[in-house]
Amino acid sequence: MAKHHVAVSINGEPVEYLCSTRQTLLDVLRDELNLTGSKEGCASGDCGACSVMVDGRLVCSCLVMGAECDGKSIDTIEGMADGEKLHPLQQKFLEEAALQCGICTPGVLVAAKALLERNNNPTETQVRYWLAGNLCRCTGYDKIVRAVMLTAADMRGGA
Amino acid sequence: MQSVQFEAPGTVDEAVALLAGATGDTRILAGGTDLLVQLRAHMINPGLIIDIKKIDETRSLTKNADGSYTIGAAYAGAEATERDDITKDWPGVVEGWDLIGSTQIQGRASLGGNLCNASPAADSVPAMIVAGMTANIAGPKGRRTIPVQDVPVSPGKTSLGKGEFIVSFNLPGRPKGGGDAYLRLIPRTEMDIAVVGCGVALVLDDSGTVTSAKVSLGAVSAKVLVVDAAAKAIIGTKLDDDALAKLDAACQAAAKPINDKRGTIEYRTKIAGVLARRAVKIAAERAGS
Repeated sequence: MAKHHVAVSINGEPVEYLCSTRQTLLDVLRDELNLTGSKEGCASGDCGACSVMVDGRLVCSCLVMGAECDGKSIDTIEGMADGEKLHPLQQKFLEEAALQCGICTPGVLVAAKALLERNNNPTETQVRYWLAGNLCRCTGYDKIVRAVMLTAADMRGGA
Repeated sequence: MQSVQFEAPGTVDEAVALLAGATGDTRILAGGTDLLVQLRAHMINPGLIIDIKKIDETRSLTKNADGSYTIGAAYAGAEATERDDITKDWPGVVEGWDLIGSTQIQGRASLGGNLCNASPAADSVPAMIVAGMTANIAGPKGRRTIPVQDVPVSPGKTSLGKGEFIVSFNLPGRPKGGGDAYLRLIPRTEMDIAVVGCGVALVLDDSGTVTSAKVSLGAVSAKVLVVDAAAKAIIGTKLDDDALAKLDAACQAAAKPINDKRGTIEYRTKIAGVLARRAVKIAAERAGS
């Protein structure tokens, strides 16, 4: 069967790809476009390792079809740093050791960035609820939550 | 495993024509949070998937001049939560809609999908029913509108005919003195399936007497229940202890749950009454505000 021809914007750059109906956006990113920052954990929307932004909305890319994305604007972990300059969340995650194995980290960072763009002064409870769909089996979450809270404080202080 | 066709029509008529022309199993894609999981797990093997999100009607939420709302079948819970109008008028409807899954799921999960997945534990459905919502269905014989409670038939099965799909929903205007609420119990604080869910909508007069009420229970039967006896127990009262005890008993009597890993029959039955009491109190507080 003919593949679907899809034109999107990824991290601000126009990109075209071909995909079959069964390929998810995550499959397209990783297997067709070599953007392997987004990870596949569960492939059923439970773990959040594949989190990306589609038209400014946080979603699991494993639950989005590649074929339905024509005309969409997609932001992935690859677009988070500005060249060699890390995003404040990325920098803080390193300083606070908010990661161990790193598989969940791209999804956590994308999700946390989406939160701070909506609310630059979240409570710990708000951070924990917002990130409830990002599973981490290493950190026990405390360091992740702390890094997000500290980044928010830095960003408010610098504004 | 066959290859799957994919179409994204821009109008309802085009979608209806695609459905009418399809031979094998055809699935509607709204938010995809159930469909893609089922596809991946080989629970379904469709020949055609139709994405309805290019149809404007499915992706809009409009407050009409008379105070009612028209809600697209593919409008996401996270989008509704960011609206000032519907969250103020019908907080219970938005609660049920936007507590499904994680932030990521809420960014896609829709009322149309949650209803047509036809889970008895679907969180959005009890609140939709008590709010008096109706579904606008398009199909080969044109359009028809039916109450939301008439859509699910049994787990995984709806009353929609061949070639039909839900385009949008109608939500009445909030009545004067009206309030609604949805509560569910899950074994953890986020991201789980309801052990019991309870939706309540009621209207209070100036003296605080309940003049009308609707009570609905999820996850305690093969489909979401409308419990008329529970509503009767509180209509005409000021929600005194006796009325709440009768409400509790009516919900326990209506509940016909199963045993599973999330809860026993006894536990679910008891919780049905407890949640109804709490949801009624929240709805009454909102009615007074």
